Amino acid sequence: MLYLDNLQIMLELPIYLDNNATTPMDPRVLEAMLPYFTNKFGNAASRNHSFGWVAEEAVDYARGQVAKIIGATEKEIIFTSGATESNNLAIKGVYEMYQQKGNHIITVVTEHKCVLDSAHHIERIGGKVTYLQVKPDGLIDLKELEDAITDKTILISVMYANNEIGVIQPVKEISAIAHKHGVLFHTDATQAVGKIPVDVIADGIDLLSFTGHKLYGPKGCGALYVRRKNPRVKVTAQIDGGGHERGMRSGTLNVPGIVGFGKACEIAMEEMASESVRLAALRDKLEKGVTVMEETYVNGNTQNRLPHVCNVSFKYVEGEGLMMAMKDLAVSSGSACTSASLEPSYVLKSLGLNDDLAHSSIRFGLGRFTTEEEVDYAIEVTKKAVTHLRELSPLWEMFKEGIDLDSIEWAEH
Amino acid sequence: MRVYLDNAATTPIDKEVLAVMFSVMEKQYGNPSSIHAHGREVRSVVELARKSVAKLLNVSPSEIFFTSGGTEADNTAIRCGIHDNGITHAITSKIEHHAVGHTLTALEKKGVIKLSYVNVDEKGNVDYNHLEELLQNNERSFVSLMHANNEIGTLLDVERVGNICEKYNALFHCDTVQTMGHYVHDLSHLKVHFVACAAHKLHGPKGIGFLYVNHKVKIKPLIYGGSQERNMRGGTENVYGIAGLAKALEIAYHEMDEHASYVQELKTYMKEQLLENFDDIEFNGETDPEKSLYTVLNVSFPESDMGDMMLFNLDINGISASGGSACSSGSNIGSHVLTGIGASPNRPSVRFSFSKMTTKEEIDYTVEKLKQIVPVAV
Repeated sequence: MLYLDNLQIMLELPIYLDNNATTPMDPRVLEAMLPYFTNKFGNAASRNHSFGWVAEEAVDYARGQVAKIIGATEKEIIFTSGATESNNLAIKGVYEMYQQKGNHIITVVTEHKCVLDSAHHIERIGGKVTYLQVKPDGLIDLKELEDAITDKTILISVMYANNEIGVIQPVKEISAIAHKHGVLFHTDATQAVGKIPVDVIADGIDLLSFTGHKLYGPKGCGALYVRRKNPRVKVTAQIDGGGHERGMRSGTLNVPGIVGFGKACEIAMEEMASESVRLAALRDKLEKGVTVMEETYVNGNTQNRLPHVCNVSFKYVEGEGLMMAMKDLAVSSGSACTSASLEPSYVLKSLGLNDDLAHSSIRFGLGRFTTEEEVDYAIEVTKKAVTHLRELSPLWEMFKEGIDLDSIEWAEH
Repeated sequence: MRVYLDNAATTPIDKEVLAVMFSVMEKQYGNPSSIHAHGREVRSVVELARKSVAKLLNVSPSEIFFTSGGTEADNTAIRCGIHDNGITHAITSKIEHHAVGHTLTALEKKGVIKLSYVNVDEKGNVDYNHLEELLQNNERSFVSLMHANNEIGTLLDVERVGNICEKYNALFHCDTVQTMGHYVHDLSHLKVHFVACAAHKLHGPKGIGFLYVNHKVKIKPLIYGGSQERNMRGGTENVYGIAGLAKALEIAYHEMDEHASYVQELKTYMKEQLLENFDDIEFNGETDPEKSLYTVLNVSFPESDMGDMMLFNLDINGISASGGSACSSGSNIGSHVLTGIGASPNRPSVRFSFSKMTTKEEIDYTVEKLKQIVPVAV
């Protein structure tokens, strides 16, 4: 039992509000996976006996579920070990396959690290990469994108929705520009699939990466969508072997993982309409609740945004202290994949935030199991932490005294 | 009766392994890279698993990198080992798993390497003198040879190959996917630079494996992104898979002597039963316990018109076996391993592979059914 001001609640602490990093597995998903760990344990590539056939059938069924959530067909789904591998395969695989045509790719500074690292790899092996900047709201400038295209451009890779601030890029417009110039369009839709409608046909997507563990499925299983028609897209395998996944990705299939991923997609699709409304309402409540404090800013475009994310900067609060003071909330100051480093988020910095403000920002990621009580509690914890830290801050005091901190020339010690 | 004799393709998961995985799935669902309590707790699951694996193999935890399985581990060793060390010549055999063979031929096709094949005899034994000759006559080489062949079970003398490779400053990758957890691998003693593992071959989960990289060798990642696996392998860790892998390897080491002799007895028993009950039975690869993987028995049955139907008939009778590697069993092309050792293409071959869960009754049942299936029983 916890007492916090007048809010008396029973909650399991810490409260998990980091659903952009990973999500707990839905019990229905785990239940679907179970038999494939135990009595249906076959290798899906065993073609000579029923253990193999049962496994293969399960994979085929899951492939349908996974394809359906993005409006693709079964044959366009390549199972991988996760979104990072999918992004690597898309970028490096397209680069190798279309080398004759050109060596230039375009991506964005706010992409996930695995896209950026793959792009750096392309540069190291002789390719050229344009990194588009974003506007202060996190969206790209479409004219800048079009201007960046050259006759050597083979791929545009822009994420569907950002993992730190949740902004949704104008995917339809981007694909139209790409196709006008005969360029392939890849999108890292890891944060978007299962949260908002994604349709590879309507959106004009040629390659799309996503993963199970961001939509209440298992870790270690993801997929790359590779378009088969108009145009037929091919990627060079990055992992060779027995020729699984139509030669594009070898290795014994992770059957239980794939079954779980399929089930997770099915559930997400069924519940998306109601769940996104519920989450948006909770998210808005949380956002409103913490931004009643002065000098707090919501990062990124709030019109085109995932329903379950908000990223807020608390000015005049020291970042590390904030995380410590909020230890009853499992939140993050950016991407989990880079959170071990002390560098401020490169995504927030690219929106124009300075280091201090980027450091004092928190990403709240709500999820399927987030309750209203938890949100109420999170608001109180956040307000208390921010207020407390500001009371200790000389900068806050100066601000309250009306001193324009930006105009001060700090003496060097 | 349903008899599973295809344990070289994949093994049923151990109940204790499953229990560990479920506990992680339900309670420790965080992302190991997150710095909050949920994340830190899961990070410790991953690092404890790494420590446990390293201890069993007598290496440092910093030499163990988790991958999505054996194929990714083999690809990482070969592609990055070759590229990041400026190597232009590789040596392998014609009977390697496709994860090795196809990766090397892909690099050969791209013009990255010149590829040489070391001779193997009709039992699948590597010609060590020829290996030395190839190393002598070429630039610094990358050698990739498997510990035990997945189709015929013939074992490699890893120690000897390690010593030969050391003499010529070659990098040595050993695909140990079929032997990990079935033999003791003291990697601080063996002169091997890379070793690959897939958990599902030792009663662990699918979708997880590891690559051992000797600390003296430096390679860059195959899959970029994030700082996971100390910047060596991007991607959110498959935490329950990793926990399951470690548990599976712990159990395997703990029970190894007992299971090795038990399974070897089953194999010897089946071999004797077959010789007793059938005329003209042969075995592909070595069957001497010293030279052969105890979980695999590859039987060459007499030439017959019904040869193509063998596996089908076995399945109808409830027996799951294989003609070769599962990874190529979908295609109609014959086994590259049997071709590689010059086995007769007219004799139907069946790979029976056993595990600690196989029983003597299942062997008896299989031999009885074979008497009905194989046309020329005595």
